[in-house]
Amino acid sequence: MFLRDHFLLSCCFSPGEVICEPPNNKLDKFTGTLHWRDNKYSLDNEKMLLRGCVLRNTEWCFGMVIFAGLQTKLMQNCGRTKFKRTSIDKLMNTLVLWIFAFLICMGVVLAIGNTIWETCVGRKFELFLPWDEFQSSAVFSGFLTFWSYIIILNTVVPISLYVSVEVLRLSHSFFINWDQKMYHNQSDTPAEARTTTLNEELGQVEFIFSDKTGTLTQNIMAFSKCSINGQTYGDVYDEFNQKVEITEKTECVDFSFNPLCDKAFKFYDCSLVEAVKQQESAAQDFFRLLALCHTVMPEEKSEGNLVYQAQSPDEGALVTAARNFGFIFRARTPETITLCERGRAATYDLLAILDFNNVRKRMSVIVRNPQGQIKLYCKGADTIIFDRLDPSSEDLMYATSEHLSEFAGEGLRTLALAYKDLSKEYYQVWQKKLHYVSTVIENREEQLAALYEEIEQGMKLLGATAIEDKLQEGVQETIACLNLADIKIWVLTGDKLETAMSIGYSCNMLRDDMDEVFVISGLTQLEVQQQLRNAKENILGLRRLSSTADVQKGDVFAEDSVFEETIISEYALVINGHSLAHALEPQLEHTLLDLACLCKTVICCRVTPMQKAQVVELVRRHKMAVTLAVGDGANDVSMIKTAHIGVGISGQEGMQAVLASDYSFAQFRYLQRLLLVHGRWSYFRMCNFLAYFFYKNFAFTLVHFWYGFFCGFSAQTVYDQWFITLFNIVYTSLPVLAMGLFDQDVNDQNSLRYPSLYKPGQQNLLFNKRQFFLCTLQGMVTSFLLFFIPYGAFSVMLKDDGSDFSDQQAFAVTIATTLVIVVSVQIGLDTHYWTAVNHLFMWGSLIVYFAILFAMQSDGLFGIFPSNFPFIGTARNCLSEKSVWLVILLTTVVCILPGLVVSFLRIDLFPTLTDKIRHLQQSRKKQRPQEQNLRRVRRTSSRRSAYAFSHQQGYGELITSGKNMRVSTLSSSRSLERIAQSSSWIENILKRKNEVSAEPAESHKADRLK
Amino acid sequence: MGKTKDKSGPLARRPDNSAFKQQRLPAWSPVLTANTVLPFFYLLAVISMLLGVWLLLLVQSTQEIKLDYTDLGNCNECFDLRRNVSNAAQTCSCRVEFSIDKTFKGDVFFYYGLKNFHQNLRRYMDSRDDGQTVGWIKKLKNPSTYCEPFAKDEDGVPIAPCGAVANSMFNDSFTLTYHSSSGRRVPVPLLRKGLTWYTDKNVKFRNPRTDNLTLAQVFEGTRQPLYWQRPVYSLDPHDPNNNGFINEDLIVWMREAAFPNFKKLYGILNRADANFEKGLPRGNYSIDISYNFPVQHFLPIAYLVTSSLILLMAVVLTVAWWKFGKDGKNMKE
Repeated sequence: MFLRDHFLLSCCFSPGEVICEPPNNKLDKFTGTLHWRDNKYSLDNEKMLLRGCVLRNTEWCFGMVIFAGLQTKLMQNCGRTKFKRTSIDKLMNTLVLWIFAFLICMGVVLAIGNTIWETCVGRKFELFLPWDEFQSSAVFSGFLTFWSYIIILNTVVPISLYVSVEVLRLSHSFFINWDQKMYHNQSDTPAEARTTTLNEELGQVEFIFSDKTGTLTQNIMAFSKCSINGQTYGDVYDEFNQKVEITEKTECVDFSFNPLCDKAFKFYDCSLVEAVKQQESAAQDFFRLLALCHTVMPEEKSEGNLVYQAQSPDEGALVTAARNFGFIFRARTPETITLCERGRAATYDLLAILDFNNVRKRMSVIVRNPQGQIKLYCKGADTIIFDRLDPSSEDLMYATSEHLSEFAGEGLRTLALAYKDLSKEYYQVWQKKLHYVSTVIENREEQLAALYEEIEQGMKLLGATAIEDKLQEGVQETIACLNLADIKIWVLTGDKLETAMSIGYSCNMLRDDMDEVFVISGLTQLEVQQQLRNAKENILGLRRLSSTADVQKGDVFAEDSVFEETIISEYALVINGHSLAHALEPQLEHTLLDLACLCKTVICCRVTPMQKAQVVELVRRHKMAVTLAVGDGANDVSMIKTAHIGVGISGQEGMQAVLASDYSFAQFRYLQRLLLVHGRWSYFRMCNFLAYFFYKNFAFTLVHFWYGFFCGFSAQTVYDQWFITLFNIVYTSLPVLAMGLFDQDVNDQNSLRYPSLYKPGQQNLLFNKRQFFLCTLQGMVTSFLLFFIPYGAFSVMLKDDGSDFSDQQAFAVTIATTLVIVVSVQIGLDTHYWTAVNHLFMWGSLIVYFAILFAMQSDGLFGIFPSNFPFIGTARNCLSEKSVWLVILLTTVVCILPGLVVSFLRIDLFPTLTDKIRHLQQSRKKQRPQEQNLRRVRRTSSRRSAYAFSHQQGYGELITSGKNMRVSTLSSSRSLERIAQSSSWIENILKRKNEVSAEPAESHKADRLK
Repeated sequence: MGKTKDKSGPLARRPDNSAFKQQRLPAWSPVLTANTVLPFFYLLAVISMLLGVWLLLLVQSTQEIKLDYTDLGNCNECFDLRRNVSNAAQTCSCRVEFSIDKTFKGDVFFYYGLKNFHQNLRRYMDSRDDGQTVGWIKKLKNPSTYCEPFAKDEDGVPIAPCGAVANSMFNDSFTLTYHSSSGRRVPVPLLRKGLTWYTDKNVKFRNPRTDNLTLAQVFEGTRQPLYWQRPVYSLDPHDPNNNGFINEDLIVWMREAAFPNFKKLYGILNRADANFEKGLPRGNYSIDISYNFPVQHFLPIAYLVTSSLILLMAVVLTVAWWKFGKDGKNMKE
């Protein structure tokens, strides 16, 4: 944080003392005093430069660092880093606890069973198997049995699940990193999953909180169209007179005739160049106006290398346009403007700048051209200009007005241009008045405004410009697509209300066909409350009038959420930071939230970083929804940290947002792919994985439970020890892992084409407590069948050679083999996407199972460790028996078929969207998938003037005073004068400075951390 | 990622365009459709049906006679006698007479069965030493602690074979006699060998190396299990090669049953004898039991039931598909 000091302290830095407030996060307040050389200077917010500001139009400033690092207001606004976990994770923990409870229940049941058994049966069997010495009673035996069963049945608690889940998430993150479609060529930036634990949450996002500048927009203004003298330029037509869509490939106008042109400037309509070349006076005046009427500072570092320092990107765009069309603004002094008009230098005397402010919504310059004529050039919001036109321009006004509507319809920011010829006498009179008024102390501002108004009358219309606030590529499509996926997008920006709204319009988030756009801009809590209530009543009121005539007002708001879903009409809410501060108070936050959720679009402007986080927190806390915050600047860090998922756009704004984020990439449009493809897949895979994992563990483990009823609850295991050890790790881990890695129900193109596929994730449908219950139930039933079918068969089964076959080892091998086959078939049915890896893992697992089975039961191993491999020969004798295979076949069929029937019936009778699209995908497989072709939407929209949006109060005064110009460019006489005036201009500059720096300061862009 | 690439230039960090990394691996994505599922169900139903019928025929061609001799004939006397363990040394014989109505054709197997005898208790099953029964000399004299309390007797003499399983070996013996119509009593020859799995007899159970010693000498220094009447090396008085750990009755017993009610093979009718060439002829028989201690249709019936269930499901599915999903109207977007 800098204290910018304009008292040219130069070389005399003697010790001083600053007393100020402790570090805090209030951006609009600072109090402190500076004691220096026995003087006291008050320090307030106007004298502060906040971290993140960029100095403009000056090479240096003196300052003093007051807070640094974590104490800066920026960092104070960052919020705390939280440990982020997915909802699946939390659910999983709950479920594991449930399973643990279930395990204990089983243990208790079996322990009680053991106690009873020991009392009734075991006593008689003591002859053959005396109790251990320490075993004093049946109850004690039951107690021991409890612990034995806890140990045996512990495989039902899926410990390996946690490891597998992490492996899956890590791989999903790699898939995000590897995705070429999220790689940005121009900046060589691939997408990056910086957190590997949140992937499946990407499939459940309901709210997106987006920053504006740098995220939705590129923060680049482009001169895209204009209307000159009733003629529009900017569109490209082909030979059939059809309008051509402008794309990257469209050939742009060659400005090589102009040595001073800006190479980056692109314009596609050649007819405008022709018009300018053909000496059309309107076209020339048009660009002359653009080159003269502005407050841009030029910097010519070397010959022909012009750089414009514009207060707002709009102005820069206009001046650059004039420059390329041959009206090059080269230099300015406080009294002159030098142009290079189509190769010839021309110097205009700058007589006055009638500066911009929010009320006037226009700016004018009065110049004397080289021919000695005095002219007033004015640019401003169309409505304002049209009111002040000469009657002779009326026809032109109607034509231009039509064009303006057209431009606005395309989401462009428009500006009307007009000029007026002034007679010398008239100007001199006016100038005297101006001189008088500028010395008046009372009501100077108003009097000045009136004076400006007086001269800006009876102007002649020149035309209109249309500037495109360049959105990032594909923003409209992305927003439309995410909206279709039922994701609500809230824009939180530090920008002005008008700018935010204009971007809202150009992103299609705000539309003229919306029923109403509520703008909340109250200054006091009461006002805000009233506005919120009114808006809400407005939405809910109509219906309620018809349904319930007189409901108590208190009840009205209590029931609101019930109606939420049924709102069909579209509303939008725009709220500014000041009102937001009130609305976020505990007593109002519910009203705000309810209202915001009733609206299709929510835009919060002029918000501080902390407020961004508060809004996110509000939704996060009360809506139980997954939130995602996306931003690119340091001012977004707090919201990125607060949201469930933070996404950083790595752009020109430095790395801070990216460093705090969980996912980062270069373009807003990749969000679509991140959520709809990667998020959806991750969620889908993770859910199927979990469901199968629980199923498998239950099917595997509960067999012991059933066996307990036949072995006197003695904690005898059904399977071989080795099988128990290897089942989860070797025999069944890989196929399910392959499914978790590669499974795709619907391919990526269709995921994007049908955004509705995303909805099941938001509704938490694929894995929840109900699904868990179902899959464990399936596991239990499977284990039941797995035990009782072989049981029924084994009690009577004989080998062909007559030897009996009901021994425990053969039983164990049969059940184990059946289990492996059943769970493999089940994973086969659950797999939607059989890649080679799936095949390999699947068949490989089965082969490995049999290989290990025979190896473990081989003669050789038994010969070495007889006590460890007692199953010698069982597999050979058992699996060579056809009746065993008949049992395995029967059990497999009985275990699998019911599930198959249910899923077939479900797909056939109640297909979900996913099923339908899978079906479609299948039937279209042979056809080449067509690329999605979302056309740029045209809409009708009220026109908006660029000038009103991006501009702060102008600094025309600064220019005419010449104080911002370097000494070398000034004559020595003026510099003397300047010193004399110094005390007054310092104040002025101080005042202006804050406005100049206000924009970057509030939106805290570029951080200079280097 | 992972390995750093040497690439440089404007697209240095561009991910590889491999099918794996772009998740475009060629894959087969099956969809459950009526065309695949319904035929599968019918096929499965038919297969199950055929298997069921085949198994049923197989089962019906086998005959079974089951005798519970606990209280038959004069066996209840022995039963009472054996209730008291202290009488283990006394011998007791009884006779049960029965007749069969139809000749048992083909191979005839002779089983003994036990009810409610839990060979499947964990501690019981563990109470054995495979190291000892595979014939390791060291283990012979020093049985595993798993065998406790049947590892050593009160005097510390090691027991061979040790453990609760061996200790409780079923050692009733049976002599089956055929009362021919002429009143002649013909003893039914039973094969007492070939009752076990090859691996059990030849790998899992081995006698200790004899090295010119007799079996009795090898087992010197050990004693028989407490409940046994004869030491392990003279279990089969008729066949010296069937003694020791490779005694087939012992091996059969040591293969613990999975459930408390079980039967185990006792002998196989020796069809080399002219009288029994075709099996066990119909007539009256008696079994002399030296009293020292239940066929069914599960699988075929299970298959038949399953088959009919699958058929039922298949029909239901067909109807459902025909009525609601056939023209794919559910598949419309």
